[in-house]
Amino acid sequence: MNRILIGRRMKGAFAGTACLALTSLWIGCGQPSGSSPSLAGVSTTSSPEAAPVEASLQPALAVAAVAEETAAKETAAKEAPPAGDGKTVQVGSCDGEHTVAVSKDLSGRPLADALMGQWKRDHPEAKWVAEQKERHSFLPPADNSDLLTGEQGKEHVYGNYTERDILTWARETEKLVAEGSRIFHDGDALGSTVAVSCDMCHPHAANTHPETYPKFQTQLGRTVLLRDMINWCIENPVRGDKLEPDSPEMRALEGYIMAQRKGVEMNYGKH
Amino acid sequence: MSRHLTPSVQRRVGGPDGRNLDRRSFLKVSAAALGATAGLSPPQSFTPITLAQDAAATGASPPFRFAYISDSHLYEKHLNDRFVRGLLRAVDDVNNLDPQPDFVFYGGDLAQLGQVKELDMGAQILKNLKAPLKIMVGEHDWYLDMGEKWQELFGEPTYSFDHKGVHFVVLNSVVEKDFWTARGMSPMERMKTVAGLDNGVQSPFTVGEPQRKWLEEDLAKLPDDARVVIFSHSPLYKLYKQWNFWTDDAEEVQAILKRFKHVVVIHGHTHQLLTNRIGNIHFHGLLSTAWPWPYAPEGMPELTIQMSRPDPFNPNDGCGDGEVLVHPDGLVDKVYSLWNRKPITVSAAYLASSGKQSVPSKPNRPSY
Repeated sequence: MNRILIGRRMKGAFAGTACLALTSLWIGCGQPSGSSPSLAGVSTTSSPEAAPVEASLQPALAVAAVAEETAAKETAAKEAPPAGDGKTVQVGSCDGEHTVAVSKDLSGRPLADALMGQWKRDHPEAKWVAEQKERHSFLPPADNSDLLTGEQGKEHVYGNYTERDILTWARETEKLVAEGSRIFHDGDALGSTVAVSCDMCHPHAANTHPETYPKFQTQLGRTVLLRDMINWCIENPVRGDKLEPDSPEMRALEGYIMAQRKGVEMNYGKH
Repeated sequence: MSRHLTPSVQRRVGGPDGRNLDRRSFLKVSAAALGATAGLSPPQSFTPITLAQDAAATGASPPFRFAYISDSHLYEKHLNDRFVRGLLRAVDDVNNLDPQPDFVFYGGDLAQLGQVKELDMGAQILKNLKAPLKIMVGEHDWYLDMGEKWQELFGEPTYSFDHKGVHFVVLNSVVEKDFWTARGMSPMERMKTVAGLDNGVQSPFTVGEPQRKWLEEDLAKLPDDARVVIFSHSPLYKLYKQWNFWTDDAEEVQAILKRFKHVVVIHGHTHQLLTNRIGNIHFHGLLSTAWPWPYAPEGMPELTIQMSRPDPFNPNDGCGDGEVLVHPDGLVDKVYSLWNRKPITVSAAYLASSGKQSVPSKPNRPSY
């Protein structure tokens, strides 16, 4: 069960990114060139009211001039009225799971806000990376902003980075580590039958020494990798079922444990 | 927090008090009282206390021993029996000591999540101790119901008592500033936040102003050369804040203790061999019966000889219980009775000589 939830969580996070991109497109739809909303990739439900959506977007020109604060109030008042009353249109959310009912009167930014608001309500843990970071303060990934300096690389496809690239790498890497931290600190996520989680012996992943693997594990009589020891811990003190070596949970756990040893010298074989 | 400051409740002077009487002690005292009333024999069980007071007056207090058990982190047995077996083993260890210690000190974190059934079971198991029990509260006992159940079972968390000329003080050093109300946490969310050693949402541990004031008053009557032993769950100094191996108002507490020739502080929470000395104050940690913690990655006291990194393949390694020998001068030898290893003694001489004499053996597997 837990493993399914993990998958959903990751999916939700990615869907959130996609939805943000999508709302930008919706705002774009409000421009005078007025492309059809279906071109923006939003699927509407089979509601008979779906057809007039394009028409409802036309007043966007006027709305666009309204101050953001006012727009937010307007959105709060108009979003998600009861479906099927002839005044709303059902919009399929890009996570493939939710349908949003929005007022036909909405368009442009208020419409985008309504969709985003609904997505946030459907995903109350949307800030889980920030929350995980606050709770367990894992170390940040390397700062790659030095790649933005120097002229030579900018002449090549590989090496021509933007600030956005740097931020994306950091954010995506941190997401894996945050997920690892979450599982590491949660006996249920680890499938423990005795309410034991990794942090109960290894706060901040202390004494996990990922930099020493591979090494000959004397108690097992063979050379092991970090993942072998993670699985040993899950089967023994944690009393759960061991993870598939390439499962999302194992990848996240390895990611978190290694992230916590940032800056430590690699020293495989050390006891 | 005011209710732990009722002096009449806190002052538990002399031998076994009502709270700590097990059946055996109760029968002993009853028999003695009965004998005294009937005029058949003098109340023998009271004699040693009288002698001890005389000895204290002349400055020739006899050495004595007490045992300790700490940090059992009990879940209900059906959920996790390993931690339960740990506490049972420690009780057996202590009951098998011959001669018996004068009393047994429990160092806090009896429960893992402060639940009624966890605390009830812990209290039940501790009743099997032959020697009288003195107990301290830990954060795992407290933050589900803010100490309600623990106090129902064990009384006030802050108190003092005298034994054979030594003044013992028990503090609640795990007082945290309210981090839960603003976050709208349920009691169990609060408990689980505090229960996570590396959870940074919680606040640092403190003794707090009301208890510091009480401590000052409690110690006021003592001369500067008095023998004083303080128990606190967290170390009464600042080691590593991220794991609350830390007491935020440690300096203020240390200042209260400064006038004494020397003071011994014994703490739980850190689940490891831990030794420190700050001026006149000697600090000793307690072992856990549940699991050992890694050493803090920074700020380790120079006098600490670490225990070898525990073997994960032996669930008892690095765990244990132990004894404390109190010398006539009030300094102590701290014995770490590790279950899977030879016992290690950190002696008064080691600390008094600032690590030059009686050095305990060094580890061959240091912490990462």
